Amino acid sequence: MSDMITLPLHAVAHGRTGDKGNRSNISLIPYVADAYPLLLEQVTPERVLDLFRHKGATDVKRYDLPNLTAMNFVIDNALEGGVNSSLSQDLHGKTLSFMLLGEIEVTVPKSCIPAGSRYL
Amino acid sequence: MTVYIGSGAGFAGDRLDAGVPVVETLKHKDGPRYLIFEVMGERTLAIAQRIKMRKPELGYSPYLEPYLRNVLAGCKEHGITIVTNLGNANPLGGAKRTYELAAELGIEGLRVAVVLGDDLLSFMDADEIADLPTVEGIGIDGKEIVAANAYLGARPVAEAIKLGVDVVLVGRTTDAALVLGPLIHEYGWGPEDWDLLAQGTLAGHLLECGGQVTGGYFCDPGFKDIPGMDVLGFPIGEIEADGTVTITKADNTGGLVNMATVTEQMLYEVHDPSAYLTPDVTLDISNVSLADDGKDRIRVTGAKGTPPPKTLKVTVSADGGWLGESEMIYAGPNALARARLAADIVRKRIAAHGVKEPARIEIVGTGAVYDNDASDRERSKNMPMDGEYRLRAAIRTLDKATAQYVNDEVLSLFCSGPAGGGGYRCNITGQVNTASVLVPRGPVEEQAIAREVEPS
Repeated sequence: MSDMITLPLHAVAHGRTGDKGNRSNISLIPYVADAYPLLLEQVTPERVLDLFRHKGATDVKRYDLPNLTAMNFVIDNALEGGVNSSLSQDLHGKTLSFMLLGEIEVTVPKSCIPAGSRYL
Repeated sequence: MTVYIGSGAGFAGDRLDAGVPVVETLKHKDGPRYLIFEVMGERTLAIAQRIKMRKPELGYSPYLEPYLRNVLAGCKEHGITIVTNLGNANPLGGAKRTYELAAELGIEGLRVAVVLGDDLLSFMDADEIADLPTVEGIGIDGKEIVAANAYLGARPVAEAIKLGVDVVLVGRTTDAALVLGPLIHEYGWGPEDWDLLAQGTLAGHLLECGGQVTGGYFCDPGFKDIPGMDVLGFPIGEIEADGTVTITKADNTGGLVNMATVTEQMLYEVHDPSAYLTPDVTLDISNVSLADDGKDRIRVTGAKGTPPPKTLKVTVSADGGWLGESEMIYAGPNALARARLAADIVRKRIAAHGVKEPARIEIVGTGAVYDNDASDRERSKNMPMDGEYRLRAAIRTLDKATAQYVNDEVLSLFCSGPAGGGGYRCNITGQVNTASVLVPRGPVEEQAIAREVEPS
């Protein structure tokens, strides 16, 4: 299919990080609902775990919310000990959602990129 | 009937003036109206407990006066009840300060109630608390406990409102209880009206972070544009007797409310969406539906509830030593090589000095915040040598002197390090460690009381 394009998730979806202890959660919500099944296929818990493994992450669970065309990744031990012991500038890991959006690439039809996006 | 609940703050440090347009909007509404301020974090409570130990009249939030000063007269005049955890470690002290503020502002007849009973140290001894099962965070064995506060639910908040007061000051309750409490009071929702309690809890979850549901912490220019971030409008929830929630925002403000802003906040700090645990209800948001209800209005339905856990969560805080941080900037040609040499020098110096605690010596500008303590990603990536890079050293120590020593090693780079370093900054901050433990509900909930405080 010629209209398929491979881009960072940031072109296709948005999300927000939350933290509790040494556990992080990152929501992922596509701008265009048609992208949702493709993200379910491509953004697997394994890929997300690989992304955060160097920080000590040990497990990733993905919860799917089809009503909201959203998913929620829960990442165990992603926060280098969390607020109690992290030496990072970002003790809560608030910046991690943009790491996910920037470093995981997905392949989607161009119609899944919002009009006017700088990725097009 | 519709109950209107606006938010004036989503964390300690939020804009002091955000509540003013919320009050301006609420005063034109017909029905019970509330303004909440959610300003409590795990660490703010521990710090407040320490202050209270030194000065028993303090320990309420240092933000109590600046937040309430802007809205107290308007709320009293228009019958908008303020419900807030500005009471922090000392709701009674906060009540006294609120009466003083009312007197100063010439507000007559103000009535304040408090919710007490979250402070375990007031009725349990430290050994008993240390024996409670830890679910998260540090082990607390052998450490001096600074604070231990249980998350109370919405029932005592509702009881406080029932006293007919203008201001309810609580300590540690769930954040959502600031919203669910008013709803239980207004609609008489029973302890087993699980789906209604779930909708009310969801309303609380959406409102508790203030501007985070109206475009704050959401805006990503060119991707998620939000108008008027400098005058961001804070949210107002409109809740019906059947639990239907509509999220909107203060009139004549910036920000916006749409499906995306509400969805991001709905999943914020949620783990399993089918089991968000609170003392009032176990909330299931997995089948929630959002519907567009006009400009800046999103209708939220479909939350389901099941019984809550048999235990309450308690945050236990202990002294966590010191965090030392120091920084030096390198810029221009070959800046990365100079910053890397600086990092190497500091690593060798502190190792030779015998510093045992793990330190993080990293280079800001290389994606350091996505890296780990060993800077594995920075070492493996090909970065431009020219540019602007900032050396940062961080260490946690039990003694302040070691933190100071590491900072001083970074400072010494001025004359003994690579060329062209500048902009030295340093910080040493006292740390509080926390653990979450579980306590049986009964003995704690017996202590939870709501009562009116008389002006002194």
